[in-house]
Amino acid sequence: MNQPRTLFEKIWRRHLVAAETEGLPATLYVDLHLVHEVTSPQAFTELAERGLPVRRPDLTLATMDHSTPTDPSIDDARLRVIDPEGSAQLEQLATNCERHGIPLYAMGDERRGIVHVIGPELGATQPGMTVVCGDSHTSTHGAVGALAFGIGTSEVGHVLATQCLLQHRPKTYEVRVDGRLQEGVVAKDIILAVIARLGIGGGTGHVFEYTGEAIRTLDMEGRMTVCNMSIEGGARAGLIAPDEVTFSYLEGRPMAPAGDAWEAAVDDWRSLPTDDGAAYDRTTTLDGSALEPMVTYGTNPGMAIPIAGAVPEDDAIEPEKRASFRKALDYMALEPGQQLQGKPIDVVFVGSCTNSRYSDLVAAANVLRGRKVADGLRVLIVPGSDAVKRQAERDGLAQVFVDAGAEWREAGCSMCLAMNGDQLAPGQYAVSTSNRNFEGRQGAGGRTFLASPLTAAASAITGRVTDVREVLS
Amino acid sequence: MSTNLTRFTGTMAPLPIQNVDTDQIIPASYLKVTDRSGLASGLFSRWRYRDGDPEGEPIADFVLNRAEHGDARILLAGDNFGCGSSREHAPWALVGYGFRAVISTSFADIFRSNALKNGLLVVPVTEEVSASLFDAVAADPTAEVTIDLEAQTLSLPAGGETNFEVDPFARRCLLDGTDQLGYLLNQAPAIQAFETAHPARLDTRSG
Repeated sequence: MNQPRTLFEKIWRRHLVAAETEGLPATLYVDLHLVHEVTSPQAFTELAERGLPVRRPDLTLATMDHSTPTDPSIDDARLRVIDPEGSAQLEQLATNCERHGIPLYAMGDERRGIVHVIGPELGATQPGMTVVCGDSHTSTHGAVGALAFGIGTSEVGHVLATQCLLQHRPKTYEVRVDGRLQEGVVAKDIILAVIARLGIGGGTGHVFEYTGEAIRTLDMEGRMTVCNMSIEGGARAGLIAPDEVTFSYLEGRPMAPAGDAWEAAVDDWRSLPTDDGAAYDRTTTLDGSALEPMVTYGTNPGMAIPIAGAVPEDDAIEPEKRASFRKALDYMALEPGQQLQGKPIDVVFVGSCTNSRYSDLVAAANVLRGRKVADGLRVLIVPGSDAVKRQAERDGLAQVFVDAGAEWREAGCSMCLAMNGDQLAPGQYAVSTSNRNFEGRQGAGGRTFLASPLTAAASAITGRVTDVREVLS
Repeated sequence: MSTNLTRFTGTMAPLPIQNVDTDQIIPASYLKVTDRSGLASGLFSRWRYRDGDPEGEPIADFVLNRAEHGDARILLAGDNFGCGSSREHAPWALVGYGFRAVISTSFADIFRSNALKNGLLVVPVTEEVSASLFDAVAADPTAEVTIDLEAQTLSLPAGGETNFEVDPFARRCLLDGTDQLGYLLNQAPAIQAFETAHPARLDTRSG
């Protein structure tokens, strides 16, 4: 009888080139290294200075997403004028990838998109893999049952040169969400509720594994939304055990195994889920059936409340945290006890590696179909990849958005981190489907309410923070 | 960094805010650089300058703009420092500005890893020690602490010292100058053996 193990432990053990010992970290093999323009230049420079090749360009995949324009009228020539630094960074990525034989999905390539959207979309991220990227939202890929986490640029260099990382084994944290979600409550609401419960440092040092009926009944894209924001709960990675939903999602995708190799892979993947009797270091349980649409009020993703709720009062906050709480409310120009529902907004952003996949656009379009966005409101719909964009255009979703008065943009990270010119003006309020409401994240002085695509679409119609259930009923 | 990290003494810049995220440490607008330099002016720029513009007016009461903390090379911060984005530009900016250590009750995982790779010490302390340090620096901005990496001790302004935890491998690398990439490259035979035993299920060039 083998010792029962968690999903995390099984993947970890499979990838040990050298096990962790007293005083020395493990050497962990990386199956897939995703690369983008912002966190890679200094790593390639490090290789160049040492005269090192990229060890496994065939396990490396690069895309352009963070600083790329989403305004279709901006071509390369214009970008060089309006954003010379960003343009130079993109050109450097192209040069580096060409030099090392790394496949790159550059501007104009129909496989291009946000790194955490295209990985699963291409079938590149698969169960049981280790996946890393110089980006904290690499946790997204845990949705297929891969151990996926963000790394710094020094580590990007380590992986380019050796396909390995020096790592200490994290602890495991089961996040169990039981029950069935109510109408109008979706994956984004689950993860915002989880982070509100655990706090944004609650998962530090741990890898989450999401379990329970509310997780199992999510489709793959909903699972990606949940795993995506693991890092906002402090956990570098979040995992969901692979199952039939995972296999049917992956089958036939361009980089997924095919034929006999597919059958062999699925047999192997079926052995990955956590064994009965395996122990997690920590466990927490939420009742999914009691969840409501969630919205953030503060300046970190843990500062979230049910949409019908109110900003906490001072005395609900621990004394040593009150100064930071008041600083956040000052930034947001909100008061303790204030209702968010009905708060006028200036911008709605539907996009980001959290919520820019096809099903997210379907959810938003179902609310917006036959309706108009509120007067004076700016609504950006930014698909996560070129493939998502084309599918949405083919299926008429894009037309729904355009007819409603929203802007239909090119794929990219866009207003999630506002590197590419898509940004809030100082003082503006946005309902955003992205992952971070940090001060200035979506533009200096901009104020972010994080929410689901349903809540964002409902708020787009009214121009105010709106409970989608009121629009749908 | 080639400077001696074994032991140093200095004053502290107090930043009594919890959950300082790496977007605050260095905003995304600074991430278009292709090298590691030139980030110091962007450090905390949204809190440090009016409209976040280093060419603009400094915000007088922000800690880095206060004369009494101008020489501080140790940042004393609130809990969960460095959360959010994985950007290594955050420790690059802190080191570029001149900080040699950050003291907090906890650090986000990726920031901690990035900091130690750039010679920026992360010193975790208990809530009691943290509170006593904030009190000490409020009472006397010239209050000094000594961080001893070899001994893993932090000496306190009021006397006495406390031990702190640091990843033993990172500590060793900092103390004896071990190069982490070099250490990994030396494992090439084991990596090769692993690759032979575990053929890849993926070829990214096939897409």
